[in-house]
Order: sequence, then C-alpha cells, then structure tokens
Amino acid sequence: MSGRATIPDLEASPMTATLLQRRPLSDRAADLFLSDYFILYLSLVFIAVLAPFLPTLVTPGNIVNVMSNMWPLLIVAIGQTFVLAIAGIDLSQGSVIAVTSVIGAALITLVADPVVLSKAPLWGVLITERGGPLAGVTGGVLIAILAMISIAALIGLINGLAIAVLEMPAFMVTLVTMMTISALAIYLTQSENIAQLPETYVRLGKGDLVSVYFGVKDTSQLPRKEVFSLVTYPMVIAVTLAIAAHVLLNRTVFGRQVLAIGMNRKAAEISGVPVRRVIVLVFMVSAVCAAIGGILYSARLEAGRPTLGEGTFLLDVIGAAVIGGTSLFGGKAKIIWTVFGVLFFVLLSSSLSAMNLSAFQVDMVKGAVILGAALLDVLRTRIMRERMR
Amino acid sequence: MTVLLSLDALGKSWFGVPAVTDLTLDVAEGRLLGLIGQNGAGKSTLMNMIGGVVQPSSGAMRWLGATYHPQSAGDATRTGIAFIHQELNLFTNLSVAENLYIDGFPSRFGLIDWPRIRTRSAEILHRLALDIDPDTQVGRLSPGERQLVEIAKALHNEARLIIFDEPTTSLTPRETARLFDTIAALKAEGRTIIYISHILGDVLALADDIGVLRDGRLVDSGQVGDFSVPKMIRAMIGRDLSGLFPPRTNKPASHAVLQANGLTQPGVLQDVSLSVHAGEIVGLFGLMGAGRSELARILFGLDAVASGSIRLNGSPVPAGIAGRIAAGMAFVTENRREEGLMMEAPIADNLALVCLRQFGRGPLAVMDTGAVGMRTEDARRDLTIKAGDIRTQPVKALSGGNQQKVVIGKWQMTAPRLFMLDEPTRGVDVGAKFEIYTLIDRLAAEGSGILMISSELDELLGMADRIVVMNRGEVMGELARPDFDRERILALAFREGLT
Repeated sequence: MSGRATIPDLEASPMTATLLQRRPLSDRAADLFLSDYFILYLSLVFIAVLAPFLPTLVTPGNIVNVMSNMWPLLIVAIGQTFVLAIAGIDLSQGSVIAVTSVIGAALITLVADPVVLSKAPLWGVLITERGGPLAGVTGGVLIAILAMISIAALIGLINGLAIAVLEMPAFMVTLVTMMTISALAIYLTQSENIAQLPETYVRLGKGDLVSVYFGVKDTSQLPRKEVFSLVTYPMVIAVTLAIAAHVLLNRTVFGRQVLAIGMNRKAAEISGVPVRRVIVLVFMVSAVCAAIGGILYSARLEAGRPTLGEGTFLLDVIGAAVIGGTSLFGGKAKIIWTVFGVLFFVLLSSSLSAMNLSAFQVDMVKGAVILGAALLDVLRTRIMRERMR
Repeated sequence: MTVLLSLDALGKSWFGVPAVTDLTLDVAEGRLLGLIGQNGAGKSTLMNMIGGVVQPSSGAMRWLGATYHPQSAGDATRTGIAFIHQELNLFTNLSVAENLYIDGFPSRFGLIDWPRIRTRSAEILHRLALDIDPDTQVGRLSPGERQLVEIAKALHNEARLIIFDEPTTSLTPRETARLFDTIAALKAEGRTIIYISHILGDVLALADDIGVLRDGRLVDSGQVGDFSVPKMIRAMIGRDLSGLFPPRTNKPASHAVLQANGLTQPGVLQDVSLSVHAGEIVGLFGLMGAGRSELARILFGLDAVASGSIRLNGSPVPAGIAGRIAAGMAFVTENRREEGLMMEAPIADNLALVCLRQFGRGPLAVMDTGAVGMRTEDARRDLTIKAGDIRTQPVKALSGGNQQKVVIGKWQMTAPRLFMLDEPTRGVDVGAKFEIYTLIDRLAAEGSGILMISSELDELLGMADRIVVMNRGEVMGELARPDFDRERILALAFREGLT
C-alpha cells in the first residue's frame, strides 16, 4: 500500500525536465498568448504595422490625445473589472456617469442661463441664475465630488443588494438601473448641459502638471498647439487609482475573496467567504469608479451632461476589460490587463478615426474587435484547460 | 434463448481510475436481469456506456450479435434501448403526447399531425392502463404516472431493452405495486429488462437473473434461484479488510464536541439526534437519499432547519456559515469539484481560502504573502501533497487523492474542533484512500471530533468508533465498534428484517 503512495515528485523527475527543454513552438506561442503582457505586445505590433501608413499615429499630438482618452476610460474599466471578476456585469456605469455629472455640475456651476435651464426640475431646487449652491464656496468642488461619489456608491449599493440579497441576475438589475438612472439624468435638466464649471474642477479633466515643447527654442512665446501635455491631472488620478485597485484586487483579503467568488461561488460560500457582502461592495466599487471616470469626462467637457456615457460607451468599457484578458466567466482578472486593454482600445479608436472613417464605421470595427476579444477569452480558457490535463 | 445484448470485457477509466473493469455479461432476450452493487460499484458508468453517453475505454458490446458502438444517447434509442432514470427525463411543461413525440413529430403537409399523435399516444397509454388524456401536462402528473409516461415513451420508441435505474425511490407503495405489474406486462410482451435497485427484496421478486457489481467488476451472476438477500449483500461487499486501514491511534474523550438534538426539517430530516465526542470518529451510514449530506449541510448552517438544537462544545452554534467556522466547524463536502475547490486556482490559494482573514494585515487587510507562502507550504509538507510549485500549479492538475488532501488541508489550517467529512474518499484510488484514512485518524488523534459520511460501509467499519445509520431522514440505529455487524447495519439502512 505504501508503495503506491510514493509517486515521484514532479519537479525532481528527469523526464519532465527534458520535456521542459524540448517544448514545441506551439507551446511557446501559447505561453505568449497567455502572458500578462500579450495585449501590450499586440498594441506595440499594431502601432509598428500601422505607423508607416498612418504617420499621424505617432505624432506627439496624437500620443497626447490617445493618453487623454485613455485615463477616464481606464478608471471606469477598473470598476468593471471588479464586477467581471465575480462573473457579474455592470451595465449601469454609463448612467452613473450621466447622473453624477449632472448633479455635480448643478452643485458647482457658477452661472446658469434661465433661458436654457429654467424648465429643468433642478431649477430653483439646486440651480438658480447665480449658479449652484456651492458656487464660490471654499472647498465647494471637493464637497461636490464627495457628493457625486456618495450618489454613485448609493446606486452601487442598490445594485449590489438586489443582486446579492434578492439573488436577481446582475444583467437584469443593472440594465434596469441603466434605464432608470439615465432617464433620471435627462429628466433633471430636461436634457440640457450644465456648463460654467469652476476652474478648479475643469483642471481635473485637462490640467497639465508637466508639458513638453518640441518647437524651436528661441521664441519668447510658445504657440499653444505645440505644447504637449506629458503629465496631466487625469493621468495622476488614473494611475493612482490603478495602483490602488491593483493592490486591492491582488494583495488584500477582499481581492482574494472577490476572485474566489468568481472562481467558485459555492466553494467560497462553504469556506466562509462573506459572499453577499463582497458582491455588494464590488458593485459599489464599480459605481464609484464610474463616477470618478465621469468627473474626468465632465471636467474635460466643462459641463455636466445627462447623455454622457450613453450609446456604445459601455461596450468600450467591457470590451477594453475583456480584451485585456479579464474573463467574462469570472475568477480571472488583473488590473494590469485592463490597463493594456484600455490602451489597445483607445489606440484602435484613434487610428480608425485617423483613417477618416465615420463614427458608424468605427463602431462597426470596434464591435468586431470586441467579439474577437470574447472569442479570445474562450480560447484562453480552453488552452488553460488543455494544459492542465 | 437469444442473447440480446452482450458485453465483452468492457472497461472504462476516469482519469486513470478504473470505474468498470473487464466486464463480460450476456443479457438474454425476454428475461429480467437484476443488477445490484454498492454506490460506486460501476453501475452508472456501465449504464452510461450502454446508453451511448460515455465511450468504453476497452472491450466491446454486441446487439443481437452485431457490433454495437453507440456514439450518443440517440444511437441507443434507435437501436431499441430505453432508460427509465431515477430523475425522469420529461418536459414537465409539455403534454404527455408531446413528450412521447419530442424527438420527431409526424407531419402532414408540413404541419404537425396532431390527430395522429393523439390517437397513437392514447393507444400506448391504454396499453399501460394509464387512463389520462394525452393532452395532460406532465407537470400535473404524480411521480408514478410520470414514470409510466417514461415507459410509454420507451414503448413508443419500440424499445426491446428497457433499463430501470432505481425506479421506486420516489414512488408510494401503491405506485410501486403498479409499476411491478407494468414490468410483468412488459416481460409478457417479450421485452427485455435490466432492473437496478438497492432494494434487494424487489430484485429477488422481479428478476430472472442477477448480476452483482463490485469495484467495477462483475463478481457474481446467475439465476435468481441461486441468490438470497444475505448472499447478495455478501457479494456486494465481500472483501478482505485487513491492510486497507491504518492502525488506529485516536482516543475518544468523554466530552461531546457536537450535540444535535431533535433536528427536524419536513421532507428532509425527522427528529435526528446525534453526538460526536472529541477525538472520536463517528460514521454516518445510509443509502442514497437517506439524508446524510442534508444533515451535514444543516449542521453547517447551509440549509434551514425547522426545529431542534445544535451545540458545539456545549454552547449553541452561531447562525451562518462564517459563525460556525469561527466556532470550530469544518465541512468537506461530497462534491469536491463543485463545492470544495477552485479548480483553476493554484493549490496555495485553495489552501488559504478558509482562513484568508488571518493573513490580512493593517486596516486594509493587505495579504501577508510571506505568511501565506509559509503556512501553505507547511500544509503541503504536512499533508504530503504531491505537487510542483503550489503557488502556480492549479488544483485541477492534481490527482483525486491529492485534491482531497487540499480540501482537508484548507480546513485543517483553521484548527477545527469538528470535522464533517462527506464521502472523503470518493473518486480517490485505493492507494490514496489509505493516506486519507491515515489523515483522518490523525485529525481525531489530535482531538478533533470527526463525523464521517460514507456510502462505503467497509470504510466506516474500518475507520469509525461508532456508526449511526440513517434511512429516509431518520436515525435508524447506532452501533459502537464492538457491536459492528455488517448485516445488521445494512438491514437498518435498508429498513429490512434480515434473517
């Protein structure tokens, strides 16, 4: 009996050692395919292939543009990554952006035009001709931001409770939230934008910390067009958030619990993981990330807009996360994957528009790419399974 | 006498573990073959091979002398084989007639020919003395009637061989009697039947021939006259137990770790009382559906219980799973893949799952990866889990025995007072079983109470200090080690008087 028990150790076996040396090319290709950096490589190849045909792609102006498009999307996609990690989906992120941008803007707007906004239900309640209640108040912008985040957290809480406690499907719950909340956002302003936001707020969306000038050095005045932002507020915010999210997902007990639920909810439950609480928190993280991304969007736009985050925005978010490698089946998610996925997606969009394609054509190509990403997810899972045999 | 179906040295292995080995058996036309064996003896695998659901690893099957090699369940149906399963395969939202014709509606001018379907369905139902309208929705029928609909489906498909798998589990005694009449009528029509059941008395009464499976082999077969219930039980179990179990080192203490009193949940448990002492291994035996796993789930707080009390170390258990884990309970479920492990996650992640919180540092509960690495590596060494790098190797890549060690290991890290082990050696080969038994003995020797649930009586006889026998949600009796008597335990489990 004990004879059977002594199976040679895998590591020590000379047979496995030789097998490791003589690995076929297809295996190494699969390694690359499964690598954390696969999408980064793909993005680099993409640039290298397209650059000769589309020289504008690698101009400093375009690179700055790509980056500025990347940061808010990254923040929203980070939130979605947490939801995907538990094999859920959050369709309400776009509507959270819309409603928080409207309410936030209404709180801090400096001047409001009665011709445009007097029919809005918010008129007289939050906004008057002298702007929002926090206009000109010291720390008003900060208070408004906290209010936006709290509203988002509340929406996430409602989503999470419906999904975790009432055990309703995430797809259905967040779809309904999306409809209701985006309708609310439009109703609040009667689909008008709320502009005239304070400079402190606007700077969050496009303020530079470090800029680069590539032109001739002997002029005393720098033409604005040729000054390129290198480090911006959105970048600092997004990178900080990404690092924090990475630590949260990969290095904390909460993150391990999130991944455990995504991998095998029943086993997690039996192992004492507070499944419901974690699910609620995940949906709150998702909504809060959406609101923070929304702050950057609305600050860049210099207005709160009730239609922000509508249309195919949601597909950009989920598509970017999935292209990065986060599995729709749950349990497999890394923030670094989402960073690369967002990079690839923004690169793709910008090169498609550089090709002078119309918005519709761009969406058609994007759709195909997202489908490809979903296929990639299936393929990755299959290769992983086969490897374990 | 024609041989309808013949099995020639049939074999099937799952991940290298043999489920059916070298099985040779002839099923004679027009006779009823009773097939018996313990859970895990290979009956299901054998039936799945005949039904085309799984492909044999070795050997061959012949149908009326010609090679029979079904690739799908449809092949089996077309050949003339029908299955009546314990869980019926009917569409409850469709009518009886629709269920009969589900795999091919006859049509006229491109439209479904309803009149013909109704007439023919009514005719078949009449042959089975089932007086219901063919348009009745199946969901509104009783379990017994549904089973007759299944049989009607078999008749509709012109089945020559009908295989019944535990057909009486959900039937009332009256429905059972009616089923037996139907079976007799089917035999009178010249149809061949394989009847699988745990209820040995039924098998004796119905069968012409009997086959006994054990560990995937046909260990005994012959005409029914050569068999008696005790002989059948001996053939189902009969193996030498010496050397299969490690020497026992645990010493049961006097104080109870677990005290359950009067647990009742309608339809699941009926006034179940049970105790487990520190350092004691209590075996829980019963047939499928006896309520053993349900009892464990209730004890662990996974399922609701209407009344009764559960005390752990003398105090009432907290509500909820997390509370019970904190109070010192551990639960190794019978279904490792679905409830025990994150199959695709690394071994270390699985080992650390239950006591994740212990590894959190600071207000954000950042994982102390160094501590995780050390603790999981200790556990691996302690449990002799045979793996490469436990931080990267997925648990899926391990053998069944090593997977089970990971499940036990993740609980061991919380130092529980009570271990509930549901079928701890299921899907584990004989060599690894010994290791699991050694581990269980050690857990008990270290002072934990063990509640060990198993369908394999042998392993309870070998491991338990006390055996509690359940049947249909009730405790039938309890035997201490000196009184262990295989036939008595089985009699309690079967609720049958044995002489």
